[in-house]
Amino acid sequence: MGAKVVTVTSGKGGVGKTTTTANLGVALARMDKKVVVIDADIGLRNLDVVMGLENRIVYDLVDVIEGRCKLRQAMIKHKQFPELYLIPAAQTRDKSAVSPSDMIQLTDQLRNEFDFILIDSPAGIERGFRNAVAAADEVLIVTNPEVSAVRDADRIIGLLEAENKGPGQLILNRVKSDMVKKGEMLSADDVTDILAIRLIGIVPEDEGVIPASNSGNPVTLNENSRAGAAFRDIARRLMGENIPLVPVEENGGFLKRLSRLFAGSSNGS
Amino acid sequence: MRGEQTVAIKGVQDGLLVTISPTEEWSVLTTELSAKIDQQASFYSGARVTLDAGERPVPKDQLMGLKALLERRGIILWAVSTESQTTIDAAIALDLRTSNVTAQPSARAETYDDGVASTFSNVDEDGTTGIMIRRTLRSGRIVRSQGHVVVFGDVNPGAEIIAGGDVIVWGRLSGNVHAGANGDENAVVCALDMIPTQLRIAGHITTSPDEKRRKPRPETAFIRDHRIVVDQWK
Repeated sequence: MGAKVVTVTSGKGGVGKTTTTANLGVALARMDKKVVVIDADIGLRNLDVVMGLENRIVYDLVDVIEGRCKLRQAMIKHKQFPELYLIPAAQTRDKSAVSPSDMIQLTDQLRNEFDFILIDSPAGIERGFRNAVAAADEVLIVTNPEVSAVRDADRIIGLLEAENKGPGQLILNRVKSDMVKKGEMLSADDVTDILAIRLIGIVPEDEGVIPASNSGNPVTLNENSRAGAAFRDIARRLMGENIPLVPVEENGGFLKRLSRLFAGSSNGS
Repeated sequence: MRGEQTVAIKGVQDGLLVTISPTEEWSVLTTELSAKIDQQASFYSGARVTLDAGERPVPKDQLMGLKALLERRGIILWAVSTESQTTIDAAIALDLRTSNVTAQPSARAETYDDGVASTFSNVDEDGTTGIMIRRTLRSGRIVRSQGHVVVFGDVNPGAEIIAGGDVIVWGRLSGNVHAGANGDENAVVCALDMIPTQLRIAGHITTSPDEKRRKPRPETAFIRDHRIVVDQWK
């Protein structure tokens, strides 16, 4: 069997690839999966920061590929989850330091020891993207409910299909239910209508995400965070569990749930 | 084998010419042909093929198998060129045209590629050539054809079709489309749901009106009185 290699990509930058990768890694590790996350964004590394492991970096992905260290030496163990590892990107090199076949070789070395290998892709459709998807068994495309992000996701899906990696599954990130209701933001239906691929998760906008990422404790560790819960659901869907997708707009706030509760009880009486 | 390929595919005036080695094992030929086509499935899909079997005797069952193999990939075998009586008989039995190879390789009339420029020269159209694309065209995809283009799927925003002839989209057309790109004012564009970013026919250009909450309906666009008109597709 071996590990499932999952690449997180998007085309457009800033939609939440790194946040998604970090949160899925942590969420899977919490469920006792053996996970390694790889930062394939060479030259612009930041998965280590979001995971709170920046100060432990000695060797990086390029050091492994160029033979300056053993694979194990570049794998940083997470502070909280002993079965979660990070392979950081090099900061001083660029995308050409790695080739798609390097990535395939690297993941093949890890497959036997892990359940999941998550690869954080750089933005764009060039070499870095091709490196990141070369080894993928499964591709997650992160997008925001904005026309430009959806357009880039569409392009990425087309490229994945051309490489026989497609069509991938979609994560709709940063959804604001009130804006969707007012018709100011694309809804999940609007997005899947264009992209026509399976939606694996809808992540609501959550003010807790940025401080969590800044402090190196991915938001999914916070039990009360709605975005965190959404990432945990995606992780379980990746594990093959059948968890229904709850549209963000129906999730409602606390007051709304309360009022629904009262409405329900008065109907019953 | 004289160092030749066992199977060669080239574009000719009226479709594709598939040349097969006279000596190679039949199963090797068919495997290789499938592999070659599958590499560029969407490019070949909808093409019309002439088989050049040379002096190779191809019995009816083999020819039938080849025809089916091509058909599964959306390719029509319509003619066989051969010097062997066995092959001629097989072709006649399958109702295929038989001929001597006279077709000369011409400039490739169609490209299906990521924005790579094609040889967009003015070749004569017989009015029936075209390509069929059995998938959704996503953002960034460009399809160019001297003939007609039929898409069995959507054309998403950011995708583009440039056709010498008509464009028919059996799905939602929301990308850019240019029919009659060589100046044919009689070209039309049809779609089950017509909301192109930009629609051009010959030298005319228009965009879709901004309307929200519209109901998709099949429409056709054509030129009337020097303007592009969009009407119900009946």
